[in-house]
Amino acid sequence: MRDSLPQSLPPAPGVGYKPQHFDDLLADPGPVRWLEIHAENYMGDGGRPLAQLARLAERFAISVHGVGLSIGGQAPPDAEHLARLRRLCDRLEPASFSEHLAWSTHDGTFLNDLLPLPYSRATLARVCDHIDTVQSALGRRMLLENPSVYLAFAETEMDEIAFLTEIAHRTGCGLLLDVNNVQVSCTNLQTDAAAYIDAFPLHLVGEVHLGGHDRDADDAGAVLLIDAHATPVDHAVWALYRRAIARGGPRPTLIEWDNDVPDWPVLRDEAALADAVLRVPA
Amino acid sequence: MIARDFAAALLDPDLPVPAGLTGPQAQPAGRRFGVYRNNVAVSLTRALEDGFPVLRALLGAEFFAAMAGVFLRRHPPDSALLMHYGQDMPAFLAAFPPVAHLPYLPDVARLELALRRAYHAADAAPVPAQRLMALAPDRLAAARLRLAPAVAVIRSAHPLHAIWLAAQAPAERRRFSGAEDVAVLRPGFDPVVRLLPPGGAAFILAVQGGDAIAAAVAAGGADLDLAATLALLVEGQAITELEETD
Repeated sequence: MRDSLPQSLPPAPGVGYKPQHFDDLLADPGPVRWLEIHAENYMGDGGRPLAQLARLAERFAISVHGVGLSIGGQAPPDAEHLARLRRLCDRLEPASFSEHLAWSTHDGTFLNDLLPLPYSRATLARVCDHIDTVQSALGRRMLLENPSVYLAFAETEMDEIAFLTEIAHRTGCGLLLDVNNVQVSCTNLQTDAAAYIDAFPLHLVGEVHLGGHDRDADDAGAVLLIDAHATPVDHAVWALYRRAIARGGPRPTLIEWDNDVPDWPVLRDEAALADAVLRVPA
Repeated sequence: MIARDFAAALLDPDLPVPAGLTGPQAQPAGRRFGVYRNNVAVSLTRALEDGFPVLRALLGAEFFAAMAGVFLRRHPPDSALLMHYGQDMPAFLAAFPPVAHLPYLPDVARLELALRRAYHAADAAPVPAQRLMALAPDRLAAARLRLAPAVAVIRSAHPLHAIWLAAQAPAERRRFSGAEDVAVLRPGFDPVVRLLPPGGAAFILAVQGGDAIAAAVAAGGADLDLAATLALLVEGQAITELEETD
């Protein structure tokens, strides 16, 4: 099935922008056509971060990716934070805005992690309310990303894909498919990652994420994958990605590498691998 | 309410893993919850390490990481803007017994917070130095200056500037004494720390408060080195408006 939704990011490789790559990126972008930034790092009033971003935006499409709205939280998204986000989006006119199916703030404390929530009718209604709030505050449609999870909730009543699909239908938001998160969550919860990809509503997907994970173990010695973004994309994740693209067609695809960030050529080469998958005729 | 228990247990390793969390076979979550606990502590510790590099250099990486673990549990962020995380660090250091013998640390923390604010402060074009130089003394006295949003003054009862320099080159052993006020300025995009001449801190604070130059000079006191203070502001591209009054 081909996409019928408007896509504003090009169906080409992008990378998570790191300031140390500024010069290299402009000199030798390789196949990279767009950049993703973490919104919260660009919410200052001025200085180098915003100046660099303005230069980059002349050359690349920009995707703004929030990590602080706490859409899955008990409380609605913070109005002040939404206003800052609106200001950034007005300044940048980004091609896309995305956030996570997760929470990070509780009772005014920001925990700086993407925390999981049970999938129930109650949480579904709350997440939809929060997304309505975000979309009307920003005056734009957002993409919602599937999370990496390490545990399950006794409270959960529906599976993640049904939950995400219902959110998209109720709010009109699109989805961001993080293929590494699929591999991490399915391994950790001992479900079938390929079946997850096959069941995912790809027609709702406006962006794909790829990244590296670390390997750990739980108390019983079962494999526990950690969403670390500190290594190259794993071969199992590439296989899932090819499976998704073969079925759904090319999508804007991001390489995320946030910790132990390598020199530019290493990141560019990861983007080139994604480019090769995107160019194979389905 | 599971989110409340989840949030509390993230920050308090002595609390049990909240009920209702499991592994894939419905077994207790155990170490799986520990992944989240670890993510929170490690990511906030890293934010503090990035935000207070000089404190870290002065205290040593190992001590700083342990102290960050105490700090982040007592003062977790109240905003997703981690660029400003750690506003409570000066007060925390002033009351943290293991560093009671290092009474200058709170001022170092205030300086590092000011540097971060300066880095992200709004851009502002400086007025040409010639405009300032061209004013007759009486016109200058009556004028008002506006300073760039990045400008900050840290007054210290300790030799803050010398401590700052020593932290950049820790191999050099020196003895310090006296009180030093410093200014944070941002010529271009990179904030700098400058030792203020006598009276300079009071003068700049008065200017920032809206005083005309004559009043700010009075605030600077008898020791004020006005020429040196103005030169430092000009060099630091700190003067963004010169408003002459008639």
